[in-house]
Amino acid sequence: MKILVPIKRVVDANVKVRVLADHTGVDLNNVKMAMNPFCEIAIEEAVRLKEKGLANEIIAITVGDEKSQEQLRTAMALGADRSIWIEQGGAIEPLAIAKLLKAVVDKETPDLIILGKQSIDGDNNQVGQMLAAMCDMPQGTFAFNLEIAEGRAIVSREVDGGEQIVSLSLPAVVTTDLRLNEPRYAKLPDIMKAKKKPLEHLTAQALGINITSSLTLLSVNEPPARAAGVLVASTEELVNKLRHEARVIQ
Amino acid sequence: MSVLVIAEHSNSSLNIITGSVITAAAQFNTDIHVLVAGEHCQAAAEAARQYQGVSKVLIADNPANAHQLPEALTPLVTELAGNYCAVMAAASTTGKNLMPRVAAILDLAQISDIVTVISPDTFIRPIYAGNALATVQSSDSIKVITVRSSAFPEAEKSAEAKKGGQAELEKIDLSINQDKSLFVSETLVSSERPELASASVVISGGRGLGSAENFSVLERIADKLGAAIGASRAAVDAGYVGNDLQVGQTGKIVAPDLYIAVGISGAIQHLAGMKDSKVIVAINNDADAPIFQIADYGLVGDLFNVLPELESLL
Ligand SMILES: Cc1cc2nc3c(=O)[nH]c(=O)nc-3n(C[C@H](O)[C@H](O)[C@H](O)COP(=O)(O)OP(=O)(O)OC[C@H]3O[C@@H](n4cnc5c(N)ncnc54)[C@H](O)[C@@H]3O)c2cc1C
Repeated sequence: MKILVPIKRVVDANVKVRVLADHTGVDLNNVKMAMNPFCEIAIEEAVRLKEKGLANEIIAITVGDEKSQEQLRTAMALGADRSIWIEQGGAIEPLAIAKLLKAVVDKETPDLIILGKQSIDGDNNQVGQMLAAMCDMPQGTFAFNLEIAEGRAIVSREVDGGEQIVSLSLPAVVTTDLRLNEPRYAKLPDIMKAKKKPLEHLTAQALGINITSSLTLLSVNEPPARAAGVLVASTEELVNKLRHEARVIQ
Repeated sequence: MSVLVIAEHSNSSLNIITGSVITAAAQFNTDIHVLVAGEHCQAAAEAARQYQGVSKVLIADNPANAHQLPEALTPLVTELAGNYCAVMAAASTTGKNLMPRVAAILDLAQISDIVTVISPDTFIRPIYAGNALATVQSSDSIKVITVRSSAFPEAEKSAEAKKGGQAELEKIDLSINQDKSLFVSETLVSSERPELASASVVISGGRGLGSAENFSVLERIADKLGAAIGASRAAVDAGYVGNDLQVGQTGKIVAPDLYIAVGISGAIQHLAGMKDSKVIVAINNDADAPIFQIADYGLVGDLFNVLPELESLL
């Protein structure tokens, strides 16, 4: 089985971003960047399938600027066999990302595509589902368990009301939730080895994909600030305030 | 042109977050149609007819739609979409599963998780875990949108609601049989308590609770307050409670009148799910915990002392 794992370089999950004074976006200068946490989980899941003998090749792929090659190297240190970099600077919308990925899926014909359910920058939660639709594949989104049996992917999904299990024919798209696994750390020898693994360079133009977007970002603003709160000294005081000041309890 | 709202329902009942999506749809100042796709979903369709502003309910009642799998519903929605200026669903796990598929087939962008409709082509949506709000304009002929239900109140029921509603009911016969995705099973948590996503009071526990057993204290307080129970990701990961209770960037987004965070540090990802609550209370023994920065009322103390006191004072 061949697995394709699309990943994204994003602001580190621990960074609280600031809105730029000119409201054109958020300040990404000198901010720590990392692989999107859900993508780390996607890579880990692919590596585990390979370790179980269920997969023989893992390809990591990203759409991003020059620096996003760092995340591909990380993916290869974690166990991806090779990677594909679709060079594209600046903001790019999920629809365009899905189209670029589809062009590669057509060439590589993977049996399984595992990707994060959302990236923690745009919080769109779209690419996996869009890619599945474009490739006419079934999808198992928000997965917390994945099994491959009798040529199908059995995906346990986190849904609002609890859990759901679906069985998908292959090829299929799976998007990861946090509970799916706990990603490993890359070991130094593997980081060294990853430097020699193949990294293919593509562009939207070479793939013949139009990436213009129908969305225009008009402005980016800070969310309204909350009024400063108070510390109360005791549980009695708390209950009193909630009853008589905030009036949110009886 | 009208707006099409995709109903969130369990066949036998309509989820009230559909009422929030209808409120968002009403800001397009045009007719609203609601699609109820399921199996034996007549009751949900009847409930949808009762909302003000809804002029038609489309019912696609078919075994193929029983579990509302996106592989089955996408062809149905894309077929209907051409008649509308916008297709909207809640940014629930069901809506998030379906709508990007619809958008991709129609070659349209999706605008996820909107919190404000500025005009029929311009919307506000949170990005970066809600640390920034993006205003986006779309030039697409059909807007494909998911709506953050906590940002919009439930629509009013019409005066005729008691008589069975005013909206016209139309049967849709198109159904898609597919076997690429098959439903296997579902474990839905049922609770006597209000739904987390729409409760007016939420009390949430974090890693500080220490065990599943300790959540029972929260439950007793929740019962007294008529509150829903929530949790941080750490509490879910530790197995104290199920994932259906997770509040945050990647869980449920809530905005109750009162949110009580107990033994929760206040990570960015947790705040993303509750910082629009009207009144926030934090109970934590670490005075430096970031949760205190957004709390209206903070109580520095050991939750194992505070919770029993709270229970007896309510
Ligand atoms: C991609 C990504 C997505 C995420 N999504 C979410 C999400 O949707 N929701 C979410 O919640 N998290 C999410 N997280 C996890 C998040 O970063 C935090 O790890 C998590 O919220 C921490 O949970 P916590 O506050 O319960 O635990 P901790 O941070 O460990 O805090 C426990 C708190 O309990 C207090 N405490 C301990 N004992 C007591 C006591 N006896 N009395 C009083 N207080 C006590 C401590 O002082 C501490 O502040 C996500 C993380 C990532 C990377």
